[in-house]
Amino acid sequence: MSQSQVSSAAPDAAVGKKTARPARNGEAARQETEVIDTATLKDWYRQMVLIRRFEEEARAAYQQGKVGGFLHLYIGEEAIAIGAIHALRPEDHIVTHYRDHGHAIARGLDPRRLMAELYGKETGVDKGRGGSMHFADVTKNFWGGYAIVAGHLTIAVGLALAAQRANEKRVAMVFFGDGSTDNGEFYECLNLAAVWKLPVVFVCENNQYGMGVAISKASAVTNVYQKASMANIPAQQVNGMDALEVYAAVSKLVEEARNGGGPRFVEALCYRYQGHSVADPDKYRDKDTLEEWKQRDAIERMRGVLEARGVMAEDLSLVNADVEREIKEVLAFAESSPAPDVSTLFDHIYAQPV
Amino acid sequence: MSEKTLIEAIREAMDEELARNSEVFITGEDVGPRGGVFRATLGLFAKYGPTRIIDSPLAELSIVAVGIGAAMNGLRPICEIQFADFIQPAYNQIVNEAARIYYRTGGTFTVPMVIRAPYGGGIGGGLYHSQSIEATYSHVPGLKVVIPSNPYDAKGLLKSAIRDNNPVLFLEAKKGYRLIKGEVPEGDYTVPIGPANVTREGTDLTVYAYGMMHFYCQQAAEEVGKEGISVELVDLRTLNPLDKDTVLNSFKKTGKALIVYEDNRFLGYGAEIAAILADEGFNYMDAPIMRLAGPDVPGVPYSHPLQDWFMPGPKKIADAMRKLAAY
Ligand SMILES: Cc1ncc(C[n+]2csc(CCOP(=O)(O)OP(=O)(O)O)c2C)c(N)n1
Ligand SMILES: [Mg+2]
Repeated sequence: MSQSQVSSAAPDAAVGKKTARPARNGEAARQETEVIDTATLKDWYRQMVLIRRFEEEARAAYQQGKVGGFLHLYIGEEAIAIGAIHALRPEDHIVTHYRDHGHAIARGLDPRRLMAELYGKETGVDKGRGGSMHFADVTKNFWGGYAIVAGHLTIAVGLALAAQRANEKRVAMVFFGDGSTDNGEFYECLNLAAVWKLPVVFVCENNQYGMGVAISKASAVTNVYQKASMANIPAQQVNGMDALEVYAAVSKLVEEARNGGGPRFVEALCYRYQGHSVADPDKYRDKDTLEEWKQRDAIERMRGVLEARGVMAEDLSLVNADVEREIKEVLAFAESSPAPDVSTLFDHIYAQPV
Repeated sequence: MSEKTLIEAIREAMDEELARNSEVFITGEDVGPRGGVFRATLGLFAKYGPTRIIDSPLAELSIVAVGIGAAMNGLRPICEIQFADFIQPAYNQIVNEAARIYYRTGGTFTVPMVIRAPYGGGIGGGLYHSQSIEATYSHVPGLKVVIPSNPYDAKGLLKSAIRDNNPVLFLEAKKGYRLIKGEVPEGDYTVPIGPANVTREGTDLTVYAYGMMHFYCQQAAEEVGKEGISVELVDLRTLNPLDKDTVLNSFKKTGKALIVYEDNRFLGYGAEIAAILADEGFNYMDAPIMRLAGPDVPGVPYSHPLQDWFMPGPKKIADAMRKLAAY
């Protein structure tokens, strides 16, 4: 692969104040997505609203002490999970980081069991053992959220290796933040995926901060997609606030990887709407920049697309109302579920031979 | 003298050492303007600037390795690992390099560095924000391992660690950062690395502990004291090199030992203390040596009831003291 296959949306974007300019192929991408039927787009809209409402309720529960530990919200980044995960087939694999609520919901994990996990209940997806950062469901090929930053990247490469060995046309998609691309494991895994030509799709959610550290302070290369060139992996940058643009770009990359092209890399530009986790008062970011990003909100954008297709505002209000109904159920389920029994503390330490 | 929290004492030690010696610098994730996730370095960036307080990329291996190189070449790094759980990517650098370089160069190169890391559970952090790592690292000759249990010691020991010519892993009980308070003198003083401290005199049994568990042991000793059980409490403070004399002397007096640690039980720090007592204190032994520790499960689970069941606390410790006293 040559460097020239690496394309950029905004190669000269100002450091730290990057604007989510549409990718050069953004218009073309949108045209491709015109074939997606309106019912599907309405469903994606619903899922984004569900992710946001799920997290708003999780935040409230955290503030009331019902949810503990660390709670990293995905609010503002929903378009990436929606666009990227819907570019996959159900048999494709997903691995993600601790900011994993959006990916899990987009993949179709049961939101009731996800909320129950946040509440530390026995009915949670990890039976309350994992909490917010480790949502997982093997029946959905959702191999979980990982808390050791960058440590999960090569695990995804291993999933792809197994798929390649079995001659399966399955890809492994891995989500990670900009911060993790400054870690040595990142470089090892790019090289390994490329030299073994494995079907991995790397999706970097570049929200431009790793905790309180701006990307320009941590990374010598702030256009993260360019880092993929160290392993000659074709890479591009997209507007992570636009689910359709993400979908169009990632669909193409997924199919290339699926058909033996080797790994692919996409950097989705975005911005988190709040602190690193709910406990972070977010004093280090400039409020005007945050407001600018909120103006490009992914849910509002999708609403605009749907309205332009003739979907009535009342129709969308019904969707929102339906999400509210589901959220009530989700919370009721989590609240009323039992806590794990302490006698189970020693369960699941070693798997039994079959 | 004024009352300070554990974390204030730690910050004060770093502040004074930064002022005292321009070779001292701090690096780690978010240690700069934000002052670290636990705020241990709060205000230091404003005071000492970006060449002394350096935000690092998200790269623990490099945080430690860059510290090793800088230390070999005359600086005194304080490397902050945000949570002890994240230190493992740097394991190779700590064990294969930092701890061995002085030995392997026949005493020519020194690696005067401090690695600070908050450890321990009880904050709902789940499997990757709750770990205790002292047994793993105390196993390594050439590396010093220190865990203060109170603000006075924290300030004095951290100053000693920064001035020490060896790599020192300085573990801080994150649960105690704001919970544990105590008198801390203004200005310079040190607490030497090495000696353990008998923090409570007693005659019936000896309890060995450090860090957060020492704090809980004090409460438990108070409690059982009301029932007439006289507990001697030894705060180990430095896990490697261990103060064997203090450990054995107390055992000679009481003949009964309980070791309390939060790390999981199997091959934990208490196993070494028990072995030393069995080996060198056999003639004084009046009861089986007891350990109260975290259970041998792969991590502290997230769910609150499970976490609470995992953690040793004052109640469990008091029960163990009663059991041993009755033997
Ligand atoms: C090995 C390791 N080091 C440090 C941390 C603490 N930590 C958690 S998230 C994070 C920032 C990650 O930033 P980024 O990769 O950009 O993801 P984002 O949170 O912005 O989505 C840090 C430093 C960790 N979990 N694991
Ligand atoms: Mg980030």
